[in-house]
Amino acid sequence: MKLRKLAVGLALTGAIGWATGGGPVFAQNEQFIPRLVYRTGPYAPDGIPFANGYADYLDMINARDGGVNGIKITYEECETGYNNDRGVECYERLKNHPPTGASLVDPLSTGITYALIGRATADKIPVVSMGYGRADASYGPVFRYVFTFPVTYWAGADAIIEYIGSQVGGMDKLKGKKIALVYLNAAYGKEPIPTLKALAARYGYIFTGYAVNSPGIDQQATWLQIHQANPDYVLMWGWGVMNSTAIKDAASVGYPMDHFIGIWWSGDNPDVEPAGMAAKGYKAAEFHGVGANYPVIQDILKYVYDKGHGHGTKSSVGGPLYDRGVINAIYDMAALRTAQKKFGDKPLTGEQVRWGLENLDLTDAQIKALGGEGLVTPIHLSCEDHEGNGNVRISQWDGKTWHMITGWIVPDRTFLREMYKESAMQYAKENNITPVNCAEVHASR
Amino acid sequence: MHILYAILIGPFVTMAREPAFLIEVLIGGLLAGVMYSLVALGFVLIYKASGVFNYAQGTMVLFAALTFVGMLEAGLPVLLSLIAVIAVMIVLAFAVERVVLRPLVNQSEIILFMSTLGISYFLVGLGQILWGGDVHPLDIGIPSGPLTVHGILINQLDLYAAIVAGTLVVALALFFQKTRVGRALRAVADDHQAAMSVGIPLKQIWVVTWAIAGLVALAAGIMWGASLGVQFSLALVALKALPVLILGGFTSIPGAIVGGLIVGAAEKLGEVFWGPVIGSGVEDWFAYILALIFLLFRPQGLFGERIIERV
Repeated sequence: MKLRKLAVGLALTGAIGWATGGGPVFAQNEQFIPRLVYRTGPYAPDGIPFANGYADYLDMINARDGGVNGIKITYEECETGYNNDRGVECYERLKNHPPTGASLVDPLSTGITYALIGRATADKIPVVSMGYGRADASYGPVFRYVFTFPVTYWAGADAIIEYIGSQVGGMDKLKGKKIALVYLNAAYGKEPIPTLKALAARYGYIFTGYAVNSPGIDQQATWLQIHQANPDYVLMWGWGVMNSTAIKDAASVGYPMDHFIGIWWSGDNPDVEPAGMAAKGYKAAEFHGVGANYPVIQDILKYVYDKGHGHGTKSSVGGPLYDRGVINAIYDMAALRTAQKKFGDKPLTGEQVRWGLENLDLTDAQIKALGGEGLVTPIHLSCEDHEGNGNVRISQWDGKTWHMITGWIVPDRTFLREMYKESAMQYAKENNITPVNCAEVHASR
Repeated sequence: MHILYAILIGPFVTMAREPAFLIEVLIGGLLAGVMYSLVALGFVLIYKASGVFNYAQGTMVLFAALTFVGMLEAGLPVLLSLIAVIAVMIVLAFAVERVVLRPLVNQSEIILFMSTLGISYFLVGLGQILWGGDVHPLDIGIPSGPLTVHGILINQLDLYAAIVAGTLVVALALFFQKTRVGRALRAVADDHQAAMSVGIPLKQIWVVTWAIAGLVALAAGIMWGASLGVQFSLALVALKALPVLILGGFTSIPGAIVGGLIVGAAEKLGEVFWGPVIGSGVEDWFAYILALIFLLFRPQGLFGERIIERV
């Protein structure tokens, strides 16, 4: 009975303390980043390394440099489980976090990105969908608060078709070839279809899409159809268990692995390892370097893992998804630094960080100074262009590790930007958005 | 008119034109169905003996496979790992009976169902704490390349799974027919009160049932884990078992097998021959539509017991 009274007393004291302002104390020189992650559920094997990479980089920056220009970076993770509704819930819960609210938000899901575009725009909080999300949001005059750098799915699709062209002896040789797409039946998986169809019309290849419902644990019928149709190349826009299942099923129908190419979200170790040696030869597109032999990754090991503060295991550092989490954090911090140059070294609002993103100009020299040479690609954004100039490489799994087998492939941005603009203007029309005049934006700076 | 032809006639024309492909799809579907049956068996065992729809069966598949692969990765030999997991699943059965079922005895079915929801979440959390959230490859030595018999492509893993499932069904049938415990289980399934009146201890029977369901989960977990890698998505294989249960009946072991075969074959045929007409990705919901149609005409399933209640 005494114990119960004590517990009730403590709970009441806590509640009164919170209500009267005795809650957590937030320092005024902190910059807050909401972290929408998925560390549980069917997509956790992919969500965990990405979340670890991002968090480890922020911890390293705080430990090594005391934050960004003296501003400590704080963050709070919220579990989305890769569900759109929970993603929105996480965003709403964290967007007003002191001292200045959310600096930006990285949804880590195309579906959540779609769900947040309207809300974040109303809240003046930038959405950074690095290598995912809505490709036409690259058109800045319409999507003021959405950033898609360094490459979109449309650019990824274009680069992969360019690569296939190089494999068959030239783009003109694509005519009559059969190219199939196995895709997650969700917003993410459907993103490249308009580009692949447009490119099919341009180059004359025959395109067929095969949808796989989430989570994609059973694709036998799909692969029997592919076996029957016998396409020259199969592309994959998969996620989570769908990737490894597809690779296994492709092997079971004898599809040649070196003609099977995944997008970057289908190209990590959890995707190939369950298939064992059957996955040997499988290829994936990448927009960044991979591995642990970069000064920035070594600093993470030194300042975070050697001190026992790492979010994952030391052996997981340097995997494709881990590195992508680090790169996401590098870009976000670079945007903060850019914004600080204009607004001062203080905690910034979402609107100010948006300015930093739109004026981001991450050069080779800056990347080298950050320790990311070879890992991160340079990025130059503007009012018109929220995608920038990222490129794509093709990597191949040799049964034990990934190897880059091409140099940088430059997507056809003249063609893509026309598509972005056309689609974005349609969105603007449907949503009564008046595109900004970028000439006026530039003049006001 | 064109759409009616595409749905009602076109697929059959394609089947007639490509009979080898039709057989390939049909065999693939039947073998995939056996994999579904493996999961459905666990549901049936528990429902038959205790009237509880065990929502945690999918998680038990995951937990058993995770524990098995965790033991292997810790360096234990295969046989020892297998024995250790069997021991873990038996301990789990004891724990479920003692901590969950016994305190809820005489509660309504929905309360017991809800308690299995709790077991499911508990096992997911425990699995992640013990073994982490990574994907664990599981190689049980089944070749992954294509196997072609008379020009018909067969998935080797599914073929082995069919052998495992077949063996499991025969073993379970023998257990239920020939052993004392098996007969006791059948008695409990038929009538709890009558079974208790002749001295069959209900609590022990529950432990045995959950332990057997745990072993079936282990077999399913190993086969599905070999296919997908051991990861948290394994828990979702339960979704594949639900239409099988509706078709085959919740209380029939042969029903789980036949239901699995029907669902496997129907969804593959649906995806391959009707998918291009109504949009690909029909495989998952096709099984549920089939189950719904069955519910309309035979609510108890193909082999399920007809429930007659006096009102």
